Amino acid sequence: MLHTLAVLVENNPGVLARVSGLFSRRGFNIDSLAVGRTDDPTISRMTIVVEGDDQVLEQVRKQLNKLVDVIKIDDISSERHVDRELIIIKVNADTQTRSEIMQIVDIFRAHIVDIGQETLIVEASGDSGKVNGLEEALKPFGIKEVARTGKIAMLRGAKATSLNED
Amino acid sequence: MKLSGAEILVKCLKEHGVDTIFGYPGGVVLPIYDALYDADIRHILTRHEQGAVHAADGYARATGKAGVCLATSGPGATNLVTGLTNAYMDSIPMVAFTGQVATALLGRDSFQEADITGITMPITKHNYLVKDVSELARTIKEAFYIANTGRPGPVLVDLPRDVSAGIIEYQAPGPINLPGYNPIIEPFEEQVVLAANAVNESVRPIIYAGGGVVSSGAHEELLALAEKIKAPVTNTLMGLGGFPGEHPQFLGMLGMHGTKAANFAMCETDLVIAVGARFDDRVTGKLDDFAKDAKIIHIDIDPAEIGKNVGTHFPVIGDVKIALQRLLERIEEKSLTEWLAKCMTWKREYPLAFFNEGGLKPQSIISEINRLTLDKKVRITTEVGQHQMWAAHYYNYNYPRTFISSGGLGTMGYGFPAALGVQAACPDELVIDISGDGSFQMNIQELATAVNYELPVKVAILNNGYLGMVRQWQELFYDKRYSYTELKNPDFVKIAEAYGAVGIRVTTRDEVAPALEEAFAINKPVVLDFVTEREENVYPMVPPGCELKNMLG
Repeated sequence: MLHTLAVLVENNPGVLARVSGLFSRRGFNIDSLAVGRTDDPTISRMTIVVEGDDQVLEQVRKQLNKLVDVIKIDDISSERHVDRELIIIKVNADTQTRSEIMQIVDIFRAHIVDIGQETLIVEASGDSGKVNGLEEALKPFGIKEVARTGKIAMLRGAKATSLNED
Repeated sequence: MKLSGAEILVKCLKEHGVDTIFGYPGGVVLPIYDALYDADIRHILTRHEQGAVHAADGYARATGKAGVCLATSGPGATNLVTGLTNAYMDSIPMVAFTGQVATALLGRDSFQEADITGITMPITKHNYLVKDVSELARTIKEAFYIANTGRPGPVLVDLPRDVSAGIIEYQAPGPINLPGYNPIIEPFEEQVVLAANAVNESVRPIIYAGGGVVSSGAHEELLALAEKIKAPVTNTLMGLGGFPGEHPQFLGMLGMHGTKAANFAMCETDLVIAVGARFDDRVTGKLDDFAKDAKIIHIDIDPAEIGKNVGTHFPVIGDVKIALQRLLERIEEKSLTEWLAKCMTWKREYPLAFFNEGGLKPQSIISEINRLTLDKKVRITTEVGQHQMWAAHYYNYNYPRTFISSGGLGTMGYGFPAALGVQAACPDELVIDISGDGSFQMNIQELATAVNYELPVKVAILNNGYLGMVRQWQELFYDKRYSYTELKNPDFVKIAEAYGAVGIRVTTRDEVAPALEEAFAINKPVVLDFVTEREENVYPMVPPGCELKNMLG
C-alpha cells in the first residue's frame, strides 16, 4: 500500500541525503520524494510516498523521527488531502497527429507549452491517476522525454502540517 | 576576546568537562594541535586512529561521559569509521572531531579530502560540517548535547582548516534550539499503567535487560523490580553488570550463547519485561518462535525500537531509570513463585560447565581471573570471538560499567584500545582486556600507546592459534573444513617486550594463578599469552536461525 507522508525538515545542507540514505539503508521502498522550501526559508517540506504495510510505515515514521533535522511527520494518506504532481512530456507530433494530440490535451485539461517542428511539450498537473492517464494517452504518438516532479500533498480544510499544529 | 577556531574548540571542550581526548595529528588539524600544546587537556596519542576512537568509546563506557577523539582529514577521518559504527550500534556517547581541507578546497578531490560527513551519516547519531568559525561554538554545544541525551550515540564534527585557523570575536553560544530533537524522558502515565497491570497479572514473568540499563544508570531500579516481583533476570551481552551476576535470580546471558536456564525460561515465560534491550537477532534466535506464548513489555528511550524486530504489547517509552521508578510505584509485590523455583532448577541442572582436563582450558582462565579479582575494582574489556563469550559466561559482573565489550558490531580489535581508554578514565582500577590471538593483532600497535602513557592494562590472550569462533562454526556447520582460520602467530611475549611492556607465557594449569597474580602486581602493561586447548567450543549454542530451546552443548 502507498502512503503519503508530509515531512517538515530543517533546511540544512545534506538533509535530503540523510532522509534518502535512511530509506535505502533500512530497505524502505520509496515511491517518490519531492522537496522544496516552505514559507519559512529555514524549513523545507518533503512529500514522501512510501510503499509498505502498517508495520513498515510505523518504522519509517519512527526512524525518520530519529533524524535530528526532521521536525514533523504527518501520514496524510488516510485523511482528506489534496495531492498533485506536475508532469511535462515531449511527444512526437507532426502535422497529421498534432490536432489529435491537442484534443487529448484538452480532455485532460493539460497545456501545450512548447511547439517544435516535430514535437510538442505538454504540461499537466493533477493526481497520479490523471497524470498517468495523460502519459498513457500520449504514448501511441511516441514520447521523447518525460519529467515528473513526484507528488506533493496537503491536508484539506483547517488541519495542517505545520509547526504550530499539534 | 578574539579567538581562533582551534582555541574555541579547546575552550568548549573544557566547558563540557572534557579532561582527556584521544587522537592522531595530521596536516589540516595542525591549528588544533597547536592550541592543544598549551591546553590543560590530556591528549593521548594512539598509534592508529581506530585505536583513538575505540579508546574514546572505552572511556565513555567506563565513565558514562561522552568520549572524545580527534583525527585529521581523509585517511585519518576514514580510520574512525569502524569505531564510530561500533559506538553507534552500542549507543555510546561520543564526539569525534575530524579535520577537513579548507572550505575553498572542498569538493575538488583535494589532498587528504574525504567527505566524512557523507560517509558517516548512517553510522552517527548526527554529524556536522562546520563551514564558518562563527558556527563552531554552537555546533560543539549541540554535538555534546545530542551525543549525551536521549538514546546516546556518536556525533561527528568536521572542521575545515580555515575554520580551525580562522579568528573571530568569541561569543558564547545561546540556548540550544533543535526543533526536531525532543527525546522522551518521562514515560506517559497510560503506558506505565498498562505495563504495570500486565506485570501484576503475569504468572511467569522474566526480565530481559540490556545495555540501556547500564547507560541510564538504572541498575538499582532493576534490582528492586526483580526482587519485588520475584522474577528471574537475564541480561544481554551489553546488559552484563546491569544486574548483579551473583544474584540468585540471575539466569545469565540469553540468546545464541545464552545459558540453558535463560533460554528455556524465555521459551516458557508469559511476560517478557524487556528493559533497555533491542531484540537483536543474536538474542532472539528465530524471531517467529521467540517467547511465542508471552506478552511483551518493551521499555526503551528510543520509540523506533518498539516493534522494530518483535511485536510489542505494552510499550513504555522513556528513560529506563525513570520508567522503572514509575513502574515500581504501580506494581504489586509477588511472593515466591513456582515459576522462579522452576527457573532456579534449570539454573542448577544446567550450569555452565567444561571438562577441565588435558590442556589449558580457556574457561578455567576466566574463572581464575574471576576468583583472583573478587575484592578488587576491576574493569574487563574484551575483543570479539570465543574469548568474549567465555568472558561473558565465566566472570561475575556485579557492577555496571565493569564489562566493556563490542556488542552490536562485533568489532575485533576493539578491546585493547578500549581498555586504554578505560584505564585513562580509571587510573586506580585494574583493567583487563580478555583477548583472542586473532583480535589482539588487529590493534596490537597500541601496545606502544600503553607503554608511552604508562597505562598498565593487562591483556590476557586466550591463544588457540585459530580464529576460534569462526573455526567453531566451520567445525559445526562446514564439516571441519578450516578454511583460512588457522593463525601462525608471532611470539607475543617478545612482542610485548619489544614494545617495552611485560610478556608472560602460560602453558599449564598450575601456572595460571601465579601468572595472573604476578601480572596484577606489576604496574606496567602486561601481555599474558595463555596457550590454550586449540579446539575448545563455546557452549551452549543456538545454531543460527533456530529457536532458543534448540541448544547444542
